[in-house]
Amino acid sequence: MINSLFLINHSGDIFLEKHWKSVISRSVCDYFFEAKEKAIEPENVPPVLQTPHHYLISIYRDKIFFLSAIQTEVPPLFVIEFLHRVGDTFLDYFGECSETVIKDNVVIVYELLEEMLDNGFPLATESNVLKEMIKPPNILRSVVNTLTGGSHVGDTLPTGQLSNVPWRRAGVKYTNNEAYFDVIEEIDAILDKSGTTVFAEIQGVIEACVRLTGMPDLTLSFMNPRLLDDVSFHPCVRFKRWESERVLSFIPPDGNFTLMTYQVSSQNLVAIPVYVKQNISFLEAGSCGRLDITIGPKQTMGKTVEGLMVTVHMPKAVLSVNLTATQGTHTYDLATKTLVWDIGKLNPQKLPNLRGSLSMQTGVPKPEENPSLNIDLKIQQLAISGLKVSRLDMYGEKYKPFKGVKYLTKAGKFQVRT
Amino acid sequence: MSTSSAFNDEKGGSSSVGEPEYGHDPASGGIFSSDYKRHDDLKEMLDSNKDSLKLEAMKRIVAMIARGKNASDLFPAVVKNVACKNIEVKKLVYVYLVRYAEEQQDLALLSISTFQRGLKDPNQLIRASALRVLSSIRVTIIVPIMMLAIKEAASDMSPYVRKTAAHAIPKLYSLDPEQKDQLIEVIEKLLADKTTLVAGSVVMAFEEVCPERIDLIHKNYRKLCNLLIDVEEWGQVVIINMLTRYARTQFLNPNINESLLEEGGGGEKTFYASDEDEDEDEEKEKKAEAVTMAKRKPYVMDPDHRLLLRNTKPLLQSRNAAVVMAVAQLYFHLAPKAEIGVIAKALVRLLRSHSEVQYVVLQNVATMTIKRRGMFEPYLKSFYIRSTDPTQIKILKLEVLTNLANETNISTILREFQTYIKSMDKDFVAATIQAIGRCATNIGEVRDTCLNGLVQLLSNRDELVVAESVVVIKKLLQMQPEKHSDIIKHMAKLTDNIQVPMARASILWLIGEYCEHVPKIAPDVLRKMAKSFTNEEDIVKLQIINLAAKLYLTNSKQTKLLTQYVLNLAKYDQNYDIRDRARFIRQLIVPTEKSGALSKYAKKLFLALKPAPVLESPFKDRDHFQLGSLSHLLNAKAGGYQELPDWPEAAPDPSVRNVEVPEWTKCSSREKRKEKKVEKPFYSDSEGESGPTESADSESDSGSGSESGSGSEDSRSGSESDESKEASESEEEEEEEEEDLKKKKKKKNEEKQLKKPVQESESEQSSEEEVRKPERKSKQNKSESESESDEDEESESESSESESEDSEDSEAELKKKKKVAPPKPAFKAAKKENKKEKKEMSLLDLDDFEPAPSPQVTPVNTFLSNSLVTDLEGLSLSDAALMPATIAPSSALKSYELLHRITGEGLSVEYCFSRQPFSPDANMVAVQMHFTNNSTSDTKSLHMEDVKLQSGMRVKEFPEIELLPAGETATAVMGIDFCDSTQAANFQLCTHTRKFFVSIQPPVGELMRPFFMTENEFKKEQGQLMGMNEITEKLTLDVKCRNEHTIVQKVTTAANLSRVPCGSDKECRFAGRTVTSSSLVLVTVATKDEGAAQLTVNCEKMVIGTMLVKDILLALTQ
Repeated sequence: MINSLFLINHSGDIFLEKHWKSVISRSVCDYFFEAKEKAIEPENVPPVLQTPHHYLISIYRDKIFFLSAIQTEVPPLFVIEFLHRVGDTFLDYFGECSETVIKDNVVIVYELLEEMLDNGFPLATESNVLKEMIKPPNILRSVVNTLTGGSHVGDTLPTGQLSNVPWRRAGVKYTNNEAYFDVIEEIDAILDKSGTTVFAEIQGVIEACVRLTGMPDLTLSFMNPRLLDDVSFHPCVRFKRWESERVLSFIPPDGNFTLMTYQVSSQNLVAIPVYVKQNISFLEAGSCGRLDITIGPKQTMGKTVEGLMVTVHMPKAVLSVNLTATQGTHTYDLATKTLVWDIGKLNPQKLPNLRGSLSMQTGVPKPEENPSLNIDLKIQQLAISGLKVSRLDMYGEKYKPFKGVKYLTKAGKFQVRT
Repeated sequence: MSTSSAFNDEKGGSSSVGEPEYGHDPASGGIFSSDYKRHDDLKEMLDSNKDSLKLEAMKRIVAMIARGKNASDLFPAVVKNVACKNIEVKKLVYVYLVRYAEEQQDLALLSISTFQRGLKDPNQLIRASALRVLSSIRVTIIVPIMMLAIKEAASDMSPYVRKTAAHAIPKLYSLDPEQKDQLIEVIEKLLADKTTLVAGSVVMAFEEVCPERIDLIHKNYRKLCNLLIDVEEWGQVVIINMLTRYARTQFLNPNINESLLEEGGGGEKTFYASDEDEDEDEEKEKKAEAVTMAKRKPYVMDPDHRLLLRNTKPLLQSRNAAVVMAVAQLYFHLAPKAEIGVIAKALVRLLRSHSEVQYVVLQNVATMTIKRRGMFEPYLKSFYIRSTDPTQIKILKLEVLTNLANETNISTILREFQTYIKSMDKDFVAATIQAIGRCATNIGEVRDTCLNGLVQLLSNRDELVVAESVVVIKKLLQMQPEKHSDIIKHMAKLTDNIQVPMARASILWLIGEYCEHVPKIAPDVLRKMAKSFTNEEDIVKLQIINLAAKLYLTNSKQTKLLTQYVLNLAKYDQNYDIRDRARFIRQLIVPTEKSGALSKYAKKLFLALKPAPVLESPFKDRDHFQLGSLSHLLNAKAGGYQELPDWPEAAPDPSVRNVEVPEWTKCSSREKRKEKKVEKPFYSDSEGESGPTESADSESDSGSGSESGSGSEDSRSGSESDESKEASESEEEEEEEEEDLKKKKKKKNEEKQLKKPVQESESEQSSEEEVRKPERKSKQNKSESESESDEDEESESESSESESEDSEDSEAELKKKKKVAPPKPAFKAAKKENKKEKKEMSLLDLDDFEPAPSPQVTPVNTFLSNSLVTDLEGLSLSDAALMPATIAPSSALKSYELLHRITGEGLSVEYCFSRQPFSPDANMVAVQMHFTNNSTSDTKSLHMEDVKLQSGMRVKEFPEIELLPAGETATAVMGIDFCDSTQAANFQLCTHTRKFFVSIQPPVGELMRPFFMTENEFKKEQGQLMGMNEITEKLTLDVKCRNEHTIVQKVTTAANLSRVPCGSDKECRFAGRTVTSSSLVLVTVATKDEGAAQLTVNCEKMVIGTMLVKDILLALTQ
């Protein structure tokens, strides 16, 4: 399946390679570099490339290309999903997934890769299992290890590998037993010029942070499970229970994990929390343009909109901007032609406004299209779909855990066409 | 930290002197002046006897490997450390070995003995990693050793080692394909493995080594289907892909009766209906399916085919995109058309994932939309394009939108396209214009609109846009040029401005082709072109020549000289293609003495009617590749791709998948069956869905899978826990046995006679197990007791015991050991005997019906015998030994869960409607409650409290159960007067510590009791219950229940009625009275040809009648 993995940084240096079968020369990456040159933007590099002897499947995340070389037929999603899992594991171990951190922990990275694939086929990808075999680095342990010559590699088979709950490690102990759930909803929307909704949907995810002793069996139920249209679960969730009773019943992994993702059924109208009044125009003659954006609250369910931010990808011809904002700060990045207006909290009494002029390159015809606005926002303590967790029960353990649920609404891909 | 510095050091390269922080490190005291020296230093460190130094050295070496630097000269120094005690050093040495052994084969041999020793290590992790490295080092000489190691590991008792063995198979195969036959043997053996851990890996090995040996799968097919949900994600993908191929060779095409033209017809309606509210409509869907199935008579889906579809469906909810895609392609390739719809939602969900995932999914969706447009139509808006999408995603989404376009949604789509055209991403704009062109060709209604829109684009400022439009307009005009001469004129004007060669060439071609529509303009265009000929691009030049030739033929008067001029220019062109073309055309069109016969036909040659181009999706016909595969994505066969075979004309023998009885008793873990029986004794739930009579094993397994909640966990229990369970089970049972041996003996003897044949085979197998057991147990005792999760009902008490009380635990273990320690032959024989009996017991579940030691009011005797009969019946059915001659009306008692083990903190309660008269009050329905105490502590004073009822309802509580010891069960009967309604009775179930809210809701069929009447009486009563009181429903009987016998069985299971004797064999009649009001309930099922039937219910109580009709209908059609 997966023959080799190359990690390549933004500027095209291969800074790590790992082979699971016979060694493939790194010159195979040249085909990839060629495609990368052509693509201009790193996001535009085709994920699957064909070379005379190999197939290259790559992902781009955190400014790193994970490039795998493959020799035979394999479902491309299989590889892509695995590469992302590798990235997730790095994130989980080191707190971030960047070139520096990978280089700093190259031995652990190598040991991880060794455990995750055998002969190119995934072996152990559950973070709970991996963490038992290879302990994540922390300063105390590395100091102790250098002094005593101890290691961060476990010598027994993690019980998770054999048990029927492979995602949970055995012998978990905490003094404070707590289970937190964050219900995070994102609004994906496209609004057209006049403010009408072209397309809107709500996607939610329940992120859990569970630190419970022993083998707890949790049941999470909702007040209004009917809202959920399409769901996908962490493998720990018992699907049959969900189908029959609409409750989430599961033995959680230890630590942070994504319990489920869901989509709210499309029959429900999506509440759009803000409206945007905008006027962007480029004048034909004067090589300049005008911009005027006002944002106001629409359906906020009585909550405050925070972290409001507007991002505009200006046409190439816009040289500079001369704008004034009644609230927040704005920056214009000349290299990427991105205007960012960071507003912060939305005050319904005094609506934030950004207006001013844009100066354009002379001699270039005025841009065909007005740039679209990407909106970012946050609403605390609210799940915009109205989803509510009704209760969390724990079975199988005697102690009383501390439980908490947090709601958060965010803008996902929220775009206003102009 | 040390790693990081090692790395920095590496980066420093040869010129660097050790970094400051290294000064005090004894190992690195600034001696890195050259590569050579540094390696020397590493060698020194590796030779030292301090583990910390070795580790440090290995870490640096691994860092070198990671960066792609050559560290092969260190091989001898490293290989020495292969036997190092420090586990981390060892692991890093392994990493090094795997990387370089291939290059240094001789030296690598030095390490082999260490691995061979490792293979015998008691620690399974070490055994596995030794095998992993041994099989990874790719040294041909050790092939025999590897083969031996793999064979041994394949029968290792640790499933993890067996998994590693499965992984090693393709490694050995790639090293030496000669070993194929032997490896296939190992694969065959591992395919029979029952653990989920092994399943994925061995199928992967199968796919790499012998994908053509489909015959190896037969016997394991059902097992794989049933295990699938519990296999780890990556294994699921491989198994699903393999099963797709398998199913294509073994089953018939479910869409065989539909022509492709039917697209958008009846089949899709079912899909829409089911899609809207999927959760509730499960049943409806199935019913509809059954009906449609019956209509298209000749095709009947193989139950195994259905099993596969059913068991893969939940995986659409997986978090892993690859699994979802695998299921989606399975449904696309295997499911009946009406059912494919379910995958659309899941695929649309994947579109929110990473952009790489989107890319792959969209490619597949694009292919699917060509064949099955309907299923993605509701999700049209999910394919709308955002300005932030990467270009490749945009283009794919565009493709999907174009494929989805039809008469109804085209206006929305075109409006979307309009916004896209203004995008700054020009490649995307070009693709959009192409897409508009395709919409225009496919949908006649909008052709003019599209054309007008495109013409407007001709005045666009961006040249690329204009050029693309010209190309598309050209294609569109070709379809109906007469109507659009003004557009051609407009385009002729554009030649002055447009510079893009492709566009110019297209315009020229258009003018030439339709020169008779623009007779005045055409020569003028040629004049202009002749002027600029030398500066044009090659494709434009060719078209100029072309235009000249066509004009010469139609309008030689005006253009003769111009043509001559152009041809002369071309004659001296630099490009030989153009020179050739000019010469060729001159010969053809200009009549000379020498000119051949062809010039007569010049007009026909140049001005022949050309067919309009068909604008097709590039994804057309891609579906001959298996979707989701690399080959599909590249649209070219990738190495190792297995063709998806065509459906067979006639289905191969389905019996090859049958597994012999001993096989499955061994595999489908008895405790599962046992537990199942406790909950739902007669498979009543799974009956309707698949009901393949021959696949008893799949039945029992899938049944346990579909149990709520804990069920899924239970099926996860691998065989490794199996073993210990067997032990503990037998232990428990032995104890029990002593107690009630006497009581049971009689019954057992009776049964033994019935069960002789099966037993024999079983005892064989058990003796085999017996031999292996002692050794296994001693090794596993320790790990087992901790690794066992407390999920399984069976093991829960055990493991929690071990957690809480050490003393008890060790005691139990001691006991275990004692039991197996002296493996004397005589003893063994005795044990075998024991075992036999035990087996039977667990199959029969006698202990479930033991009289519990607590006070009890049950009229147990009648009930017990009753259920015993049915139990036996179930058994013999599945063993195909004995069919019950008659079926008692009350044969199937369905159990319902009142309190789940987990909710009840160890106490689980089930109830069933015993259908016995409740003696204290005749108006009450008897509810038999079955208590099981799964916890470790005794439960005291079980009673009920706080009964909440609808008005009129009454309850007779069961007497308090004073004590229910741990692990025991008890039965009690209570009476409820439901007042002929299906309202639930809510009450609290109290123990000495806790209260649980529970409720009992009766199915309508339990609200009545049988009433005996003659045929005449029946007819008379029926005559009085006409009109509003009669409900008639037509139905189509399921294939399996078309005989009278099954109809009677199904109806009496659904409702507590008695059969009324009847003269006609086309009619079955039943009668009963409601419990409270004694209203008559009369049911008639009249059968007609081909499974058609009519159900009539006559009942004074209309509500009851309606509900009863629904229930019986359901029972009969499933």
